[in-house]
Amino acid sequence: MSIHTFDTRRYGQQSKSAWEKLRARDSLARRLDWPLLLASLALCAIGSLLVWSATRNRTELTGGDPNSFLFKHVLNAAIGVALAAGVLWMGHRRLRSMMPLLYGLSIILVALVYTPLGATINGERAWLNLGAGFYLQPSEFVKITVILTMAVVLAAKVDAGDRVHPDHRTVLQALGLAVLPIAVVADLGQVMVLAVIVLGVLLASGASNRWVIGLITAAVAGAVTVWMLDLLDEYQFNRFAAFANPALDPAGVGYNTNQARIAIGSGGISGKGLFEGTQTTGQFVPEQQTDFIFTVAGEELGFLGGGLIILLLGVVLWRACRIAMEATDLYSTIVAAGITAWFAFQSFENIGMALGIMPVAGLPLPFVSYGGTSMFAVWIAVGLLQSIRIQRPLSA
Amino acid sequence: MSNIPETGRTSRITIRLVAIQILVFSLLLTLGGRLWYLQIRNGDEYEKEAAGNHVQQVVQPAARGAILDARGVPIADNETRLVVSASRTELMKMKDDGKAVLNRLAEVLDVSYKAISEKVRICDAETPQPCWNGSPYQPIPITDEATTQQALQIRERAEDFPGITAEPTAVRRYPAPYKAGTSQVLGYLSPVSDEEVEKAQNTKSPLLRSDQVGRSGLERTYDTALRGSAGVTRYEVDKLGRVIGEADNDESVAGASLVTSIDSRVQAITEKQLDQAMKAARKEVDKITGRPYEADSGAAVVMESRTGRIVAMASNPKYDPNAWVGGIDGKEYAKLTGKDSNFPLLNRAIQGQAAPGSIFKVVSSAGAVNAGYSFNGNYNCSSAYTMGGQTYKNFESSGHGPISLGRALEVSCNTVFYALGHQEWRKDGGLNPKKNEPNEYLYKAARSFGLGEMTGIDLPDEVSGRVPDREWKQNYWQANKDSWCKQGKGKSDDYVTKLARENCVEGMNLRAGDSIIYAIGQGDTLVTPLQMASIYSSIANGGTIYKPSVGKAIISADGKEVEEIEPEKSGKAPATARTLRQMDKALQGVTKTGTAAWRFTDWPHDEIPIRAKTGTAEVQGKQTTSWLATYTDDYTVIMTISQAGTGSGASGPAVRNLYNALYGVEDGKVNKKKALLPEPQKDLPKVGENGDVKAQRTKNSMVESWRDAGFAQ
Repeated sequence: MSIHTFDTRRYGQQSKSAWEKLRARDSLARRLDWPLLLASLALCAIGSLLVWSATRNRTELTGGDPNSFLFKHVLNAAIGVALAAGVLWMGHRRLRSMMPLLYGLSIILVALVYTPLGATINGERAWLNLGAGFYLQPSEFVKITVILTMAVVLAAKVDAGDRVHPDHRTVLQALGLAVLPIAVVADLGQVMVLAVIVLGVLLASGASNRWVIGLITAAVAGAVTVWMLDLLDEYQFNRFAAFANPALDPAGVGYNTNQARIAIGSGGISGKGLFEGTQTTGQFVPEQQTDFIFTVAGEELGFLGGGLIILLLGVVLWRACRIAMEATDLYSTIVAAGITAWFAFQSFENIGMALGIMPVAGLPLPFVSYGGTSMFAVWIAVGLLQSIRIQRPLSA
Repeated sequence: MSNIPETGRTSRITIRLVAIQILVFSLLLTLGGRLWYLQIRNGDEYEKEAAGNHVQQVVQPAARGAILDARGVPIADNETRLVVSASRTELMKMKDDGKAVLNRLAEVLDVSYKAISEKVRICDAETPQPCWNGSPYQPIPITDEATTQQALQIRERAEDFPGITAEPTAVRRYPAPYKAGTSQVLGYLSPVSDEEVEKAQNTKSPLLRSDQVGRSGLERTYDTALRGSAGVTRYEVDKLGRVIGEADNDESVAGASLVTSIDSRVQAITEKQLDQAMKAARKEVDKITGRPYEADSGAAVVMESRTGRIVAMASNPKYDPNAWVGGIDGKEYAKLTGKDSNFPLLNRAIQGQAAPGSIFKVVSSAGAVNAGYSFNGNYNCSSAYTMGGQTYKNFESSGHGPISLGRALEVSCNTVFYALGHQEWRKDGGLNPKKNEPNEYLYKAARSFGLGEMTGIDLPDEVSGRVPDREWKQNYWQANKDSWCKQGKGKSDDYVTKLARENCVEGMNLRAGDSIIYAIGQGDTLVTPLQMASIYSSIANGGTIYKPSVGKAIISADGKEVEEIEPEKSGKAPATARTLRQMDKALQGVTKTGTAAWRFTDWPHDEIPIRAKTGTAEVQGKQTTSWLATYTDDYTVIMTISQAGTGSGASGPAVRNLYNALYGVEDGKVNKKKALLPEPQKDLPKVGENGDVKAQRTKNSMVESWRDAGFAQ
């Protein structure tokens, strides 16, 4: 079953020119998922413009250099691409053996947030202060850890041919391993994404319907309990209240959603033009380079620009789905499906809150939002997808 | 799908992967749909909101134009006061939100820091007054009573007072030349309401929350012209109010001046003489009630007979219009609007209505001639007129035998008019009017003279009065029958209950009695003093009814544009030139040998023919209303005093003094040098090169001698 992808590197090395190597049916270049790669790069490119537009006038952030965020965003994307290449080079299966190490590392990083190294930004204590203005958001990596850990556990017996589907004990084991890092992440938005990832992973693993239904029931029950017991912080509660009724207090809680909607709505079909958005230059929408990046697109690039972003995300998700479908083993299927669930939900939540159909939660838009950790995590996921893709057998 | 490799996967997983795929794409579709909805379906709406978000307007108010009398003397203008204001935007930029600056300011102005800080805080739901309810970008006035010393201190130490200005600013003032308040005609200003600000937002003349607008009188009618257009500077601002874009600036244009036909001197005399007449009436004892007359309110109108222009218009009780300047406090407001003060804000010349009594007889006479009665025919002036067992008495129950309509006017014979009213009522079919329109000559005359509707004067909130014809009776009964019938059910047999019972059953009918007393201006008829001035002016000028007017011209602030307001005709008197001449002659007789003769004994009748008609209207439960309608070729003067007895008795001396002043009549002779206004002011005041209007003033002492003239006994 296992295919030795990297054997191709040695295959006929001397006898072929570089061009021929590139064109060979089994070359890396031809086996890469180009639509996925190009769509991801395009999203990063659009993202850089939007981040630039949102920050170039904000001297209190940029320290006087209007291009500083543009530069950092491009740099982040470049590091992300490098990380993806690294994953590709290592192969997603090799990561499988490193799982215990990665798992432990993730938990330590997430836990460090609660030490004096942790930092609170926008009400969420979810950051590690690395000094010199660098911050790391460990919860972004937790998404990858959860996907990979669960995939390792759930697929072990199936891929070995012992079972058709993971048995109850395996599922329980996988869930147990997932719960620990999730429990440490206290960020509401990230927990929501993680819950959706776990659901996607379970679905793709072939775990019995009872588990799937059970998990959904547990999520609903958990949400109700949190609500009833008043466990949410006030700002978290307010975000939901404002979602339910943004007209409630347009100057206070509902302000963000209201201004976001005005920004997007006023863009019209083709937008006001890059750098021309009055809502953007007037800084009426908060967190515009990160959580509310989509409002810059909506206002300045209009329906065409906003639609293009949704379309490109569609391409990424379509490729992720195909890769999950075409994966040759359960481990790869689960990883691809988990990434699909992650990207899909996080994009939906991020754009949905800008459009006023989802409650406000501090989540970045994959590839587009400013933020290093998120960018790295997303590109690592792309690396995983590409790795799964190039390791499938060549079809006729 | 040949290119899908063999994965050896179960169908369960495949189905679930397909489900995930469907779910993912429905989420994306949802986003696309919502994006379409926001940007394309509702895009315009949000575009507007976004536009409103980032532009802040700062308005520089225009200096309000003056209101001038016919000779250019200001009766409303602005005075310059030293106003100290604070720019909130500047203060908020400081580290302590301007606390130190305000403290220093408090010291200079010698008030507490608290008082100042309260003035500059922004009003919201949780902030009680005092607070600033205008735009936070507008300088907030802290005091308009700063001394020069204080202003200098602030300006000289500008570095200690960033964001504080001390500048001379225009504040409304009503100077009352010759003590002519002209209060009710001028009206007053008060702060705008939120709705008005919103309404004016996108017009050429936007309002500021700190603005004042005309609320009544000329200030209201000519508000737009007087206000000018405020200058607007629009800044693009960011969320924190910091200016980020270019400002675009519309210069303010000072308000135009309004020249009126009011002559302050005549106005002063009218006001004073009316007041004097009322005070005199209060000393007289009413023979009917046995109490002194109440003389609780009164009004007087001096109109140019040939144009309908108002030379003077007085309403009593009066008030000081300066009470409104600089904001009115609750106590004072209550005083002005309360019942105890008898509503001094009312302009009774246009808002007071009462039965006209005998001054209405000119209307009945015109109606009778139209109905075919000869003006010079013989009509029996008996001492009483009896109809169906009821007796209608003549005034003081004296008879004059058979007389003409003219003589009936002179001696104010009621019985002649009773008979006319009764006969006409019968001809129209009495209680069962003919199916085709009844002629109603007497009622139609009233309507043609303009009664029952507003004259259209350029003052707000005029009332229409009432002509109680068959149609009105029917409508009035419809509206009131329920309450009448309910009241009439009571067992009591007093006058009110009986009347209610009667009205309930037959209130829709114009009864014989209604028509009989209608002919002498009694009963349900209601008129305003201004309406009567219009009627008598039309008799004076040969039959033209003018739309009365106070505004004469609007002169732009630079004096370059003068928009004259020409007199407008609004109707014709329902009488031929011949009838008018006959009535005119009769009314002249009133001052020579008729009911008003005793007030004009030494009047130079040959030089200045004067006509008059007296009236004494009965009001249920009150003392009689005194009416006096007079005119010369130039002026029509109407004076009425509620609960003051007869027309010639109560108003006679005051009106006589007024005419003395107008024509300069002293001891029965005309002294042209002392005449204030022997003919109406035709020309507009002269305008200087820089746009200032030249005022033609008369020596105070000269006006005073006429104004304060006592009553000859």
